[in-house]
Amino acid sequence: MLAALVGFLGDFELAEESAAEAFAAAAQRWPSEGTPSSPVAWLVTTARNRAIDRIRRDRVLAAKLRLLAATLPESAEADVDETEIPDERLELIFTCCHPALAPEAQVALTLRAVAGLATEDIARAFLISGETMKRRLTRAKTKIRDAGIPFSVPAADRLPARLAVVLAVIYLIFNQGYSAPGEAGHLATEAIRLGRVLARLLPEQPEPQGLLALMLLHDARREARLSGSDGQDIVLLADQDRTLWNWRQIREARTILDRSGPSRGQYLIQAAIASLQAADPIDWRQVAALYGELADLTGSPVVRLNSAVAVAEADGPAAALVIVDALDLTSYPYWHSTRAELLRRLGRTDEARAAYRDALALTGTEPERRFLQRRIAEG
Amino acid sequence: MQYALLIYTKPGTVESLSPAEREALTTDYYALRDEPGILAGAGLQPVTTATTIRLADGQPLVTDGPFADTKEVFGGYYLYEADNLDQAIEMASRIPALRIGGTIEVRPLLGKAS
Repeated sequence: MLAALVGFLGDFELAEESAAEAFAAAAQRWPSEGTPSSPVAWLVTTARNRAIDRIRRDRVLAAKLRLLAATLPESAEADVDETEIPDERLELIFTCCHPALAPEAQVALTLRAVAGLATEDIARAFLISGETMKRRLTRAKTKIRDAGIPFSVPAADRLPARLAVVLAVIYLIFNQGYSAPGEAGHLATEAIRLGRVLARLLPEQPEPQGLLALMLLHDARREARLSGSDGQDIVLLADQDRTLWNWRQIREARTILDRSGPSRGQYLIQAAIASLQAADPIDWRQVAALYGELADLTGSPVVRLNSAVAVAEADGPAAALVIVDALDLTSYPYWHSTRAELLRRLGRTDEARAAYRDALALTGTEPERRFLQRRIAEG
Repeated sequence: MQYALLIYTKPGTVESLSPAEREALTTDYYALRDEPGILAGAGLQPVTTATTIRLADGQPLVTDGPFADTKEVFGGYYLYEADNLDQAIEMASRIPALRIGGTIEVRPLLGKAS
């Protein structure tokens, strides 16, 4: 609904305010007058009319009003066919994820305008005050208006680059929910919902399908990956109780993967890896090959580190340690913890313990700290 | 909407080019001037020719400079009429300064209420 309004009015602030007024009008009138046959159409029409009233009051915008009025049917707040309202969520998503906005603003706007979360709720999930989040959103909306960020889907030649930003925003929202359960836990669900919308609106693009499959697979293990009395202890993949996995989600993701074509971007490859990791037994050689493909594609040493983990399972810790030691990732905690794990398996206990300590010194989150402390204690 | 496409380059980068390269750069700058929507544009002389004026005790104080040896300095601009930011970014991406490591800042002009 908000997407349709922003598309029509070309103004975020105005669209939000008039949408709120339309909901208020609905709350007042539907109980006595009955719910209209097309509630969404009623709300959009009402909101449009409220917006026009506002503009009418604002004489500076008189010229804009003439344009708007010309495109509107005469009947006020009449029931119109819902299919006549264009689906402009894609335009809205691309506006919210415009690269001219700061990444944190892209995330906040997407959650507010596309997912419809309350500002306070978004603030809590990102551990900042409601006031700060409100300012961040206002600044972003002002920039959209004043810098002329368009409300449109980018042209075909720009689409891949712009889509990459959208996918990154959705995945960031997912990870915020996935890595910090509790206050932000529901963000994983929101991200999956956004992923579904994007995959449906861009059916020809492979990467939105890949991202959706990837999030479904990770999220399927949500219940099994933490334990302990306060749910803050990490359970490794191999030790997870598979009956706690959400197999419906895993099946859905695998259906998406089966449908995907030969051209694979980073999200489809990651989803394929996650799908293999949900199998029993895991085909580690295949996992290592996919990580290799992903590392070649992204040029990321972190991905290369992950490929080493798979190599350790397929060919043993010695082969993996060669790969790990060739990487320059000393400021990355997982580099140290991966090395530590490989050294431990090779029986090089003292070196392993030192590496676990290095990892601990760089780690921020509580579940990860506890896991490493446990490993150091076990020797 | 009108946008200023502000060109920043590192001092000395143009001077270090070969005469042929420099000529190609100049040709491309002039070609952009003829693009539809480009309303104006100008290049500035090197920052070594700059003079700074500020008020000190209510009187204009004139000094030489600023000199910035390593930092990017403002070197010129285009004024561009576009429908939206994406169009302005598209045009800005064609400015030759980008090829020699420069950057373009895109700023909408203050406008009369439309």
